[in-house]
Amino acid sequence: MTRHNPTSEADACAIVAEAAAQRTPLAIQGGGTKRAFGRPPQFESILSSSQMTKVTLYEPAEFVISAEPGASLSGIVRLLAEHRQELAFEPLDYRPLLASDGEPTIGAVAAMNLSGPRRIAGGAARDSSLGVRFVNGRGEAIKCGGRVMKNVTGLDLVKLMVGAHGTLGFLTEVTFKVVPSPQRVATLCLVGLSDQTAIAALSAALGSPYDVSGAAHLPAKIGGGARTLIRVEGFPDSVEYRLGELRSLLKAFDTAEVLADDAAKDLWVAIRDATVIAEPRDKAIWRISTAPTRGADVAARIARTIDARWFFDWGGGLIWLACETASAAGAATIRAAVRQAGGHATLVRAPEDVRAAVDVFDPPIEAIARLQTGLKASLDPTGIFNPGRMFPEL
Amino acid sequence: MPIAFPIPDEAVLGRRGEILTGLGQLVAPEALIISEDERRAFETDALTAYRRMPLAVLLPSTTTEVSTVLKFCAQNQVKVVPRGAGTSLAGGAIPQEDAIVLGVSKMNRILDVNFENRTARVQAGVTNLAVSQAVAHEGFFYAPDPSSQLACTIAGNIGMNSGGAHCLKYGVTTNNILGVTLVLLDGTIVEIGGEHLDSPGYDLLGLIVGSEGQLGVVTEAVVRIRRAAEGAKPVLFGFDTSEEAGACVAAIMGAGIIPVAIEFMDKQTIEIVEGFAKAGYPLDVGALLIIEVEGSEREMEAVLARIVVIARKHNVRHIKESHSAAEAAAIWKGRKSAFGATGRVADYICMDGTVPLGQLSNVLKRTGEIVASYGLRVANVFHAGDGNMHPLILYNVNDPAEQAKAEAAGEDILKYCVEVGGCLTGEHGVGIEKRDLMRFQFEERDLRQQMRVRAVFDPAWLLNPAKVFPLDNRLTA
Repeated sequence: MTRHNPTSEADACAIVAEAAAQRTPLAIQGGGTKRAFGRPPQFESILSSSQMTKVTLYEPAEFVISAEPGASLSGIVRLLAEHRQELAFEPLDYRPLLASDGEPTIGAVAAMNLSGPRRIAGGAARDSSLGVRFVNGRGEAIKCGGRVMKNVTGLDLVKLMVGAHGTLGFLTEVTFKVVPSPQRVATLCLVGLSDQTAIAALSAALGSPYDVSGAAHLPAKIGGGARTLIRVEGFPDSVEYRLGELRSLLKAFDTAEVLADDAAKDLWVAIRDATVIAEPRDKAIWRISTAPTRGADVAARIARTIDARWFFDWGGGLIWLACETASAAGAATIRAAVRQAGGHATLVRAPEDVRAAVDVFDPPIEAIARLQTGLKASLDPTGIFNPGRMFPEL
Repeated sequence: MPIAFPIPDEAVLGRRGEILTGLGQLVAPEALIISEDERRAFETDALTAYRRMPLAVLLPSTTTEVSTVLKFCAQNQVKVVPRGAGTSLAGGAIPQEDAIVLGVSKMNRILDVNFENRTARVQAGVTNLAVSQAVAHEGFFYAPDPSSQLACTIAGNIGMNSGGAHCLKYGVTTNNILGVTLVLLDGTIVEIGGEHLDSPGYDLLGLIVGSEGQLGVVTEAVVRIRRAAEGAKPVLFGFDTSEEAGACVAAIMGAGIIPVAIEFMDKQTIEIVEGFAKAGYPLDVGALLIIEVEGSEREMEAVLARIVVIARKHNVRHIKESHSAAEAAAIWKGRKSAFGATGRVADYICMDGTVPLGQLSNVLKRTGEIVASYGLRVANVFHAGDGNMHPLILYNVNDPAEQAKAEAAGEDILKYCVEVGGCLTGEHGVGIEKRDLMRFQFEERDLRQQMRVRAVFDPAWLLNPAKVFPLDNRLTA
């Protein structure tokens, strides 16, 4: 197995051009911490970002950071923190769930369009992406977007590359908008609510003027009793005020308590990374996105047929669900429930044979599949980048 | 050099009668506009210096009608120029003689509002402001707010990925759309996204938003609605110089304060706007910032106090808070009527480059020099918080020499924006206006890659074909 470790964009172009000429399928790798996510790709060589790790631009006063794809996420988070800044989208760390080690890279954050609890307020990686550079399947270095806050010049290929799981090109630089870190973060907790009631409470909070940045519900089955969590962030005086207003607003549901800062911080990390359902490790894990008000119903519908545990983020719109790996990890039941409600389900964790047999991502309808195949061919005509990682045909 | 249009396809022009008959069989009679008088209303948009009479204008009422029209056009190789309200400043909706205009303005209903999920499903021809109005009774709003929001449609906003003054905090169109109903050129109707977040597979939604009507026609959208803050307060800060105002913007944001909006006006704009809107702007300052804060009274006061401390360090000369809803509305009315008010004193072309925040003062200065070197005047009014500049170059549209100078000055300004790390357009789109400047921002291979992506949706260049990409060296696959 050849392993390519380009040190520059030019280097990567040459490697890709050669691979395209030889029709050599390439697995794109960053820190390797999410290798167990997605369909197992078919490849003969590895194209790694391990030697492209520089932060190429950071202008704190302009709220913009650019880095090569192999730059570690933790390094970037540290650098931003030195200037009291952070990524707006709170990218999740898949290591606890996938039992992997190593360092997640900023390239993978973009390639997988990661986000976290703040998705509902700060968007996903796609929403903060200002620009990317990448090598396409012709071995050409392509620039799209840039480093400025607003940019509608030409087709938005940035969006296409972010979330493509490395199937459309090899990222050589990513540029993100960053935000000031909040001076204070505080979390309200309501206890003992059913899924349905909890989501109603979260909807009330999210539909209030109090700028909620996290809205999750951990049902009793998760352990620790049913907890419904609402997070606000900002200047200390403003946070205090909004906590008070939210408590009055939510009185009808329960008396909301303010959690201790450290405990709350750990809890939001556990929600972000889904560690609350990581154990037992032999269970499959699904990540389901639906309209928030249908979340409880989708989970209940699934639980009628298969044994499952779950929790909600995004105000009820994101369901993390653990179930047996048997019967294709319950794919048929889960997808039927989601289809009825509208949304999609991604198989995040399962043994390799299950991930090879089950659609990891919801399969597209024919017209969309045709567009995706066309897009793949337009960027990667010989089909060498991460073949099969998202869908068998891409 | 005036902006070029492609030479009309004689064969298509020759088939006009046959094409109109075919289209007439597909849509209700009132949806097909063929008389020259009525077509004239569609021959240009807000880039009024350019106009072309289309073959016909179609104003369908349903997605199915849009689908049958597109299918017919694809089969008969008829070009299609999609249109919302025709408010494009970049000429994005200007037709060509061998194309039909496909307008979505009759599809203007709000289909469903879900306050609990904070979403609304709307037909794409609804106006931007109508969406906010439809949810205002519950205290909600739709965040992107282009100055033309009274007239412009969600379809056009999606086409151009429109912004507005408040996107500093709430993002632009692409951050506020959850799904679309898209009609492809062959008539296929697809749903992309929905009421949920993110979608499996490639981010087609992200690709469609900002694609300037080149990939398909959007007939419905699921938009994100938000609960408005308890209160909002725009405050005027006057400075002697643009440099001081620019430095103040950088300092505010550097302190970790992201207001909802930071708008900038230079002396020229202040005078024009005040003369028209009587917004209460000070006339004895060289530059004005409108900074909007929001929240409860106490929160607004606290943030404002922080901003005032910073502004004083930057020699602010004049601070005026709005003390009532009427005063606040007047301040915004002034800002939002800046383009219209300018249009009453002169013709203008509006540039839309975005630059890194640290370059604001420099680019303002250079803009003044460039425009002066052509013997013209400029009024600057823009979104300072995100570096999105809008120099309005004033000229006389009936003087071709002056028009040429204005366009040349605009080109020089945009090239300078790119040179300092910025881009040609932050929210208005490329249209025809900046099409031939694309090579200053992109390498040929970058453009070829974009065109290859475009070709997946429209290999024969039938959809809005004269826009975005230079007319030469086009790729079909």
